[in-house]
Amino acid sequence: MTAGAQATSGTIDAAPAIVMDHLRREFGPLVAVEALTLTVPTGEVFGMLGPNGSGKTTTIRMLCGLLEPTSGSATVAGFDVRTQSEEIRRNIGYMSQRFGLYDDLTAWENLDFYAAVYGLVGRVRRDRIAELLQELDLIERKDQMASTLSGGWKQRVALACAIAHKPAILFLDEPTAGVDPAARKRFWDTIRQLARQGTTIVVTTHYMDEAERCDRVAFLSRGHLIALGMPDDVAHKFGQKSIEDVFIELQRRDEGARV
Amino acid sequence: MNAVDRIRRSLLWPMLRKEFIQMRRDKLTFALMFGIPVIQLLMFGFAVRLEVRHVPMVVLDYSSSSESRALVTVMEQTQNFRVVGPVKSYDELRDAIESGRAKAGIVIPPDYMKNIKRGRTAEAQMIVDAADPLGSSAAIAGASLASQVRAMQLNPAAADRPLPLEVRVRPWYNPALRSEVYIVPGLIGVLLSLTLLMLAGIAVVKEREHGTFEQLVVTPIGKTSIILGKLLPFVVVGYVQMTSVIIVGKLLFDVPIRGSLPLLYLLSAPYIVANLAVGLLVSTLVRTQIQAMQLSLFFLMPNILLSGFMFPREAMPVVAQWLGMALPLTFYLNILRGILLKGIGFTHLWHETLILSVVAVVLISFSVIRFSKTVQ
Repeated sequence: MTAGAQATSGTIDAAPAIVMDHLRREFGPLVAVEALTLTVPTGEVFGMLGPNGSGKTTTIRMLCGLLEPTSGSATVAGFDVRTQSEEIRRNIGYMSQRFGLYDDLTAWENLDFYAAVYGLVGRVRRDRIAELLQELDLIERKDQMASTLSGGWKQRVALACAIAHKPAILFLDEPTAGVDPAARKRFWDTIRQLARQGTTIVVTTHYMDEAERCDRVAFLSRGHLIALGMPDDVAHKFGQKSIEDVFIELQRRDEGARV
Repeated sequence: MNAVDRIRRSLLWPMLRKEFIQMRRDKLTFALMFGIPVIQLLMFGFAVRLEVRHVPMVVLDYSSSSESRALVTVMEQTQNFRVVGPVKSYDELRDAIESGRAKAGIVIPPDYMKNIKRGRTAEAQMIVDAADPLGSSAAIAGASLASQVRAMQLNPAAADRPLPLEVRVRPWYNPALRSEVYIVPGLIGVLLSLTLLMLAGIAVVKEREHGTFEQLVVTPIGKTSIILGKLLPFVVVGYVQMTSVIIVGKLLFDVPIRGSLPLLYLLSAPYIVANLAVGLLVSTLVRTQIQAMQLSLFFLMPNILLSGFMFPREAMPVVAQWLGMALPLTFYLNILRGILLKGIGFTHLWHETLILSVVAVVLISFSVIRFSKTVQ
């Protein structure tokens, strides 16, 4: 059980981690997300799949308070995304494919900064950083400038930064883009472990082997939710052997619709 | 909750600490703090001369007499002229001026000496290349000075008689009329503006470009902490830069420091804040660091041309004077020159200080409001 989840356990333990109700976002004439209604229970690893431009990232950005919904509502850890973004930020971790690390700071300095920004002070911060370096096997790299780290190492440092405050919910937006397969596998082992400890995880990905490691997946296409369920069930529903085939089939339909 | 707790809670400290670590490693900031001021100072201090001396002159001497040579000698003694050679004809004189070899030419007619000897008014003609107004006015002033001096020498009786009217000029603050004394204090204002606009402009944009801004926005850190954390280190940069210009200006150009330095540092605060606010505003308008730099440079020309940094505002058309009033530098220059050159105190500068403070508060409020919208 993580500290973040404990802090809010009175309200959300039984309650779902995320509830979206007709969540919608427009960019001018373009509808990026169309009336999305979804519930993610606490402790689930929830995958969001779909071609580029399907609305995955927009959805995550709305849930994290980076973007305001055009209409509809959503709660994250029991807090309203429109009015309680402060509280949400304290309870979530966020990591994007750009990693969000400062190139001119060392791994340790990055970690120290984010831990401090999440309100960790003094001894608590030092201990937590030591713990993270240990858990994510970063001790050897701690004094290396972020700019000189390879993709896989950057990804682990970014993950450490995102979970420094033991968030109840962790959002990962294509976290493994541009990272080699061995590093990806290690990354996913860590993710599964966090989930076992009670962290809810929402992840977008293009990699189908990753999709298959999720508890449930949602398929988005041009802003619409078109399938939701356990990876195997979704494949079945579309009459395909695997998630990958579903993806290819969807992409084909999407392109057909655009022409 | 007391102020200290509030600041701690606002997460300003981690932000500040991070900014200082990054600044220490950023060569650009160091260059802007020390390198650029020194280079600019050398350029403006040594190269910019608003007073023109030693205008190149050719001599067309048809008189070829002791009197005509005496006139040329007096002209050279004014230091406004430097004789670059004799010419033999009017055409040759024209050629010298057209080719740029000379900016002035004196024509002494054949009867020059004869007229002097007979007590008649002797005439000489001065041709001036007035395409360059600064150079030509120096030549014109030099010519009339030389003719007066020579006239006195030829008629000592007149010199002994008291003149009916005499205006004695006493140049205060800069008795040697050295340009660098005028330019160097102003350079502090120009450099501060350039540096602070650029640094503040790229500071936020850099985070946007690298994706760290998005990361920052999803943390509990507040907008105020982000802005203060970004801008406060630049206040330090501004003061360091200012100090380096004052020191080098004193050592190299003997620019006086007549007033109170603490007062100058205090009254510089609103100017620094105003420039940082404009920089922050720039950062909300652009997407890339290059654009931020370009937009910052856009302010450089009006600052140099309209503020009174190099050219006196009194000489400008009314519209240009009004435009100059929109620049914080215009007011800051009065503070800089007032304290450094004239040694005046706050009683003479409260007007400028008030205007700059109001401008700083308005600009920073506006920037902060705009900033919040772009956090989204």
